[in-house]
Amino acid sequence: MTVPLLKIEGLTKAYPGVVANSDVSFAIQPGEVHALLGENGAGKSTLVKMIYGLVRPDAGRMALRGVPYHPAKPSEARNQGVAMVFQHFSLFEALNVAENVALGMENPPPMKQLAERIRAVSQEYGLPLDPGRLVGDLSAGERQRVEIIRCLLQDPKLLIMDEPTSVLTPQEVGILFQTLRQLSGEGTAILYISHKLEEIRTLCDEATILRRGRVVATCTPRDRTAREMAELMVGQVLTPPAKAPKTPGPVALEVRDLSVASPNPFGTALKSVSFSLRRGEVLGIAGVAGNGQDELLLALSGEVTSPPQAVQIDGAPVGHLGPNARRALGLVAAPEERLGHAAAPDMSLTENALLSAHVRKGFLRRGFIDWAAVERFAKDVITAFDVRTPGTDVAARALSGGNLQKFVIGREILQNPSVIVVNQPTWGVDAAAAAAIRQALLDLAAKGTAVVAISQDLDELLEIADSFAALNEGRLTPPRPAQGLTVDQIGLMMGGAHGMDVAHRHEEAGASA
Amino acid sequence: MDLSAINPAVLFASLIVAATPILLAGLGELVVEKAGVLNLGVEGMMIVGAICGFAVAVGTGSPFLGFVAGAVGGALLSLIFAVLTQYLLANQVATGLALTLFGLGFSALIGQGYVGIKPPPVSALTFGPLSDIPLLGTILLRHDAMVYLALLAVPGLWWAINRTRMGLILRAVGENHDAAHALGYKVVHIRLAAIVFGGAMAGLGGAYLSLIRVPLWTEGMTAGAGWIALALVVFASWKPGRLLLGAWLFGGITVLQLNLQAAGARVPVEYLSMSPYVITIVVLVVMSARGGRAAGAPAALGRSFHATH
Repeated sequence: MTVPLLKIEGLTKAYPGVVANSDVSFAIQPGEVHALLGENGAGKSTLVKMIYGLVRPDAGRMALRGVPYHPAKPSEARNQGVAMVFQHFSLFEALNVAENVALGMENPPPMKQLAERIRAVSQEYGLPLDPGRLVGDLSAGERQRVEIIRCLLQDPKLLIMDEPTSVLTPQEVGILFQTLRQLSGEGTAILYISHKLEEIRTLCDEATILRRGRVVATCTPRDRTAREMAELMVGQVLTPPAKAPKTPGPVALEVRDLSVASPNPFGTALKSVSFSLRRGEVLGIAGVAGNGQDELLLALSGEVTSPPQAVQIDGAPVGHLGPNARRALGLVAAPEERLGHAAAPDMSLTENALLSAHVRKGFLRRGFIDWAAVERFAKDVITAFDVRTPGTDVAARALSGGNLQKFVIGREILQNPSVIVVNQPTWGVDAAAAAAIRQALLDLAAKGTAVVAISQDLDELLEIADSFAALNEGRLTPPRPAQGLTVDQIGLMMGGAHGMDVAHRHEEAGASA
Repeated sequence: MDLSAINPAVLFASLIVAATPILLAGLGELVVEKAGVLNLGVEGMMIVGAICGFAVAVGTGSPFLGFVAGAVGGALLSLIFAVLTQYLLANQVATGLALTLFGLGFSALIGQGYVGIKPPPVSALTFGPLSDIPLLGTILLRHDAMVYLALLAVPGLWWAINRTRMGLILRAVGENHDAAHALGYKVVHIRLAAIVFGGAMAGLGGAYLSLIRVPLWTEGMTAGAGWIALALVVFASWKPGRLLLGAWLFGGITVLQLNLQAAGARVPVEYLSMSPYVITIVVLVVMSARGGRAAGAPAALGRSFHATH
């Protein structure tokens, strides 16, 4: 066997209170696509930050091509051929593409030459980019190309990719994978971090699975099922959510020709959105982030009002009503942003329970708050949804993301709504908790609640939705039955590859991802 | 009222002089804000610069050393702000306001013995016969060296910010400090350098006030010039070229106000003295009506940076 490109032995890193990585060892061969797999908080990010020189390990050794390797800062890592594409946090919106690329390079050439090289490299790898455009005006997929090109210009030997596909449509994922295979064919090793198992099975040669900072398994993803890998990752047997057979009831939520401007200056306006939803039905709404998901939630919850007839609950026009009036009529909502939107960060769980539930649960008596009842309700939510917290008097911000998410979703579910709207219900939540939240939504639907689930996680939507629609630039496709939809069809509903159709034209015949 | 008493060429020449302190301080603050830091202590740094410059110039008899001392004084004061906001993560707005209050009081304390003294005079540069060109000579070519230094700083800073790697990194830090950190740039060090540069520039502006523009030391002599410099940065939407125009506009209003009074105009002085701020508010409203990006504010302006790993 040849000398591995990167060999990691016994890497350990502890933060006060947590051991992020404990005795992690693995090796990557040149040209290998190696997956790093694990749940949120399993220590993937810390590990790659150590490889990229952002974090110094407490113990352990790394060797690059057999030579000891201990980068003190990212520029040293880059000098030795290690490049990284970040999940987020690494582009500057007010700067143009070329400037963004220059910032990630050690000794960038003068801007004009750099622009030429960006054009050349981006064409070569099928990722067309205009170096003069402001990054703030680019789509998520294009932004990622900026990051990839930035790495490619430095001719990396090891390319680290942190959750690269979470912002892409399936078609864009296909293009990315072709680029990665092309790179790996040229001898560049790729360390690919993800928790999307099907992707790893199609792309990666080897996988290292982390759980609570330790390596729990290594495997060849092609030989394993996604289910097996998920169970290795979570450490327990996962049961897919059970859909109870049900007969849809009368129409609970009717949206007709809903057009509203976005309250956010960079947001997307909703353009003539229409759908109707029966009791007991789950409508899954897909779309790449920033295509009107937030606005749809605001327009349904009542934070943004519209003409009365545009939104109807059980036949009653409510478009002009605010959130509390809609709650009284049975519509509750759980927005994507947990801290600051779904929950007030510095208020206790009890107070947060009161804020959204007092209308439906009758916590106010002659204008006074019945704190004992609120407390009981908060405790019910905590027990029913297995929220791990020392008590109800803890501030919302003190809970981990997944626990708070369980709390805010549970708080809405326990109000017995007739319609519930959720946006990204399992974002940043570990697999076990995500499964619990999905099951709770399905149980609610089985009891006759109409569920609108907005999510960027297609697998999640396919798991829970009866019908399926996609938001693309503020327009909603007509809902289609979820049964029998393929990922390709969904991708096209989401807007295909967002102007990337020309990419990889010459390889189109071979494209199957 | 007799408007003929106002000579346009002289008016413009004195406008350039009146604009110099706020131009210097404004350019410094522009760099600070480009790095994503909002230092509201410009007024305090200016007045400390004014008294340090004045004291050293009187003590040594050298205006040059006075300006150096003014810059050092402003920079030292800004260093307090830098340590508080960058290392101890204090709120930038509150710290900046405190800096202004501290600077005003501290300068009054040092300045006690200097009231009523005249500083060594600073001679204007002469460009030989060129200074005698009618109009142009009067307006542009009969000033002291600091005026030219401030004017040269405008294209100099534009070039540094937009064309050099240093400037690119500065803008990157002000735009998105998390991303800059992830790429391995030392956000806190870069901001520290920007803050100290801003302090030195404000100190220079203050020293210009006490050594050339007035030239005397009186308590609270900056009289809001630091606040105008702050407003100027917003007015200029963080562009050095526009900052020069704004400084001339605001400087012009100050000069005009004096001239109008001398000419016996019946416009209350208060209207003219409030006009820079009113104009800034109008500009802010117009810019935000045109949408966020047009305003050009650095995205991380005023946000504290704390590395999470």
